[in-house]
Amino acid sequence: MSATAAPVESRPVTPADALGPAIRRNAWTIGLIGFLALLLVFTKLIEPRYGVTGIQGLAISVLPLALAAVAQAVVVISGGLDLSIGSQMALINVVSAVLMAGRSEQFGIVVVVGALLLGVALGVVNGGLVVLTRVPDIIVTLAMSFVWAGCALLVLPTPGGGSAKWLLDLVTGSLGNDWIPKAAVVLIAIVALIWIPVRRSWLGLSLYATGSNRLAAFRSGVSIGRTKLFAYALMGLFAALAGLSLTASTGIGTPVPGPYTLMSVAAIVLGGVSLAGGRGGVFGAIVAVMILQIIRTDMTFLNVDTNLATVLQGAILVGVVMIGSLIQIRRARG
Amino acid sequence: MTGVAGTSSTRSRWRSAASWRDLFRDRPMIPLLVLLVLLVAASDIVRPGIVAPAWAGIILRAAVPLAILGGCQTLTMLTGGIDLSVSAVASMSGFVVASLAINTGTPLAIVIALIAAALAGLVTGIGVGVFRVHPLIMTLGMSLVVLGMANFWQLQTIQTSVGVPPVLRWLGSQAFADVVPYDLLVFVPLAALTLIGLRRTGYGRLLYAVGDNPVAARLSGARSWQIIVGLYIVSALLAAIAGFLYAGYTNVASVSLVDSALLPSVAAAVIGGTSIMGGRGGYGGTMVGALILTVISSLLASMGYPEAVNQILFGAIIVVVAAAYTRVTSES
Repeated sequence: MSATAAPVESRPVTPADALGPAIRRNAWTIGLIGFLALLLVFTKLIEPRYGVTGIQGLAISVLPLALAAVAQAVVVISGGLDLSIGSQMALINVVSAVLMAGRSEQFGIVVVVGALLLGVALGVVNGGLVVLTRVPDIIVTLAMSFVWAGCALLVLPTPGGGSAKWLLDLVTGSLGNDWIPKAAVVLIAIVALIWIPVRRSWLGLSLYATGSNRLAAFRSGVSIGRTKLFAYALMGLFAALAGLSLTASTGIGTPVPGPYTLMSVAAIVLGGVSLAGGRGGVFGAIVAVMILQIIRTDMTFLNVDTNLATVLQGAILVGVVMIGSLIQIRRARG
Repeated sequence: MTGVAGTSSTRSRWRSAASWRDLFRDRPMIPLLVLLVLLVAASDIVRPGIVAPAWAGIILRAAVPLAILGGCQTLTMLTGGIDLSVSAVASMSGFVVASLAINTGTPLAIVIALIAAALAGLVTGIGVGVFRVHPLIMTLGMSLVVLGMANFWQLQTIQTSVGVPPVLRWLGSQAFADVVPYDLLVFVPLAALTLIGLRRTGYGRLLYAVGDNPVAARLSGARSWQIIVGLYIVSALLAAIAGFLYAGYTNVASVSLVDSALLPSVAAAVIGGTSIMGGRGGYGGTMVGALILTVISSLLASMGYPEAVNQILFGAIIVVVAAAYTRVTSES
């Protein structure tokens, strides 16, 4: 898109000039937001009653997948890939649900903190194995997905457990205005408190550096092993948050991993994160998750068979990525 | 496999650690076969007397469809790709045959299922080869498409009775003299074709070339998009054949029948020494990898642990084997 820009004549720099590169850098995310807006308008057209409850439902239903996508994005940006996110979420989900069932509200806080630490530990195990064994990430995490899912089944063989009430309240309902669902606030708060500080620090820079060119990063003084370990630890933290959001939104623990692993990969690619590493951000991925979810909602409104909805979801995923790579191919030529 | 390992053995009677590594790197089948023998021995220790011709037949019968799916992963991984749509394509093909066979006869039903699979492979191949979509995403998207369509087809045909044709049941679950499974009738020609195709034909070499260095392959005149499109069609056809065998083996036709074999199929190729980065590996290792995985799961099942523990051990063993294999064969 940028290749066709006319040569700029030298003149005083205006604020508009500074805006140009920012738009260009985030063109994909901006396009996605536009697409999301179109989808929302479309939804309102086909279902005039879509409103406050629809937005709240959207916010709650996207929360686990959005956090899973953020977790996946962190690893992929650093040049890895984690195929065990769904299993990790299931493990955190059952551990928290088992420990919180029938206990006091205060104990719930302890459980949540413990679950987050557990998530970091799971991530460190994954990352440590990747760094130590030098087996490709995809293989290690694929194998670990069996391990974590098995652990989840050991903790809780059948769905059950419970949740502290404050955790349930944290994501249901709205904050102040009806149009501001709590789940969305929680998501924004989590990303703002954890991801943005990381992104702005040298840690974030080394994540992107490692992902885009390992050798160059190494020669610039970045410790590749430590950076990968950090990426996986951060992934584990987000996966734990995603697992806790499952507990919060369902109120129980389910030991069988949901479709989150593969959907998180789909969402980040749709969101503009390059699977080759080093490019993209978490915001695009979150918008992509919302798009995927709202497409599903629209299908129900339109009475489309759920199976055809699956077909369309796959087709949209493939189609959007095809368009994206076509743009890249043309840009590379032009 | 015409390695140069022989030269180092003349130097001394006992090999140094480095020359062992050379040997393993040149002949990756050796450590794999050793591991397989150890696992068989372990099976016999855990349940004395279990290792018998009939047991071997059961293991072979279960390993064959997994080895075919592992073949899909091996071929695609050689070009630096991966095929996550094999399970959806395989389940779909098995289901299509089972639902059509009563009306159309088994041969026509099989042809229709193969055509459907080839179409799915064609779309995947065009996405990966022409539009350069990452194979992980392309095959993931295609698996959603195929699964959805199979489900839709299932709803359309719900009224007619669904049964796996007797031929497939015979192929998938019977054995000659209760020892030699009949699915080898399908597998041996397929495996021979794959092995010869990879070693002796130009197309096989092009697969390695594209995976090893795509730019060099293109500059040498390889039409990489044609190679990739053909590859994913072959992969889908292989997956369909595996799907027929799975349907015959379990006597069940369901659109999610093969889902649980997806990750083991990737694991079989990786344990067998095929690099996921492309350009390195072969089908021989994958076959042994599929056997190893089948023996492991039978061993775990015979120990009487709960399913959860089996899963944990299965995953842990894959990591350990892959790590040891990488360490032993890595060039450093």
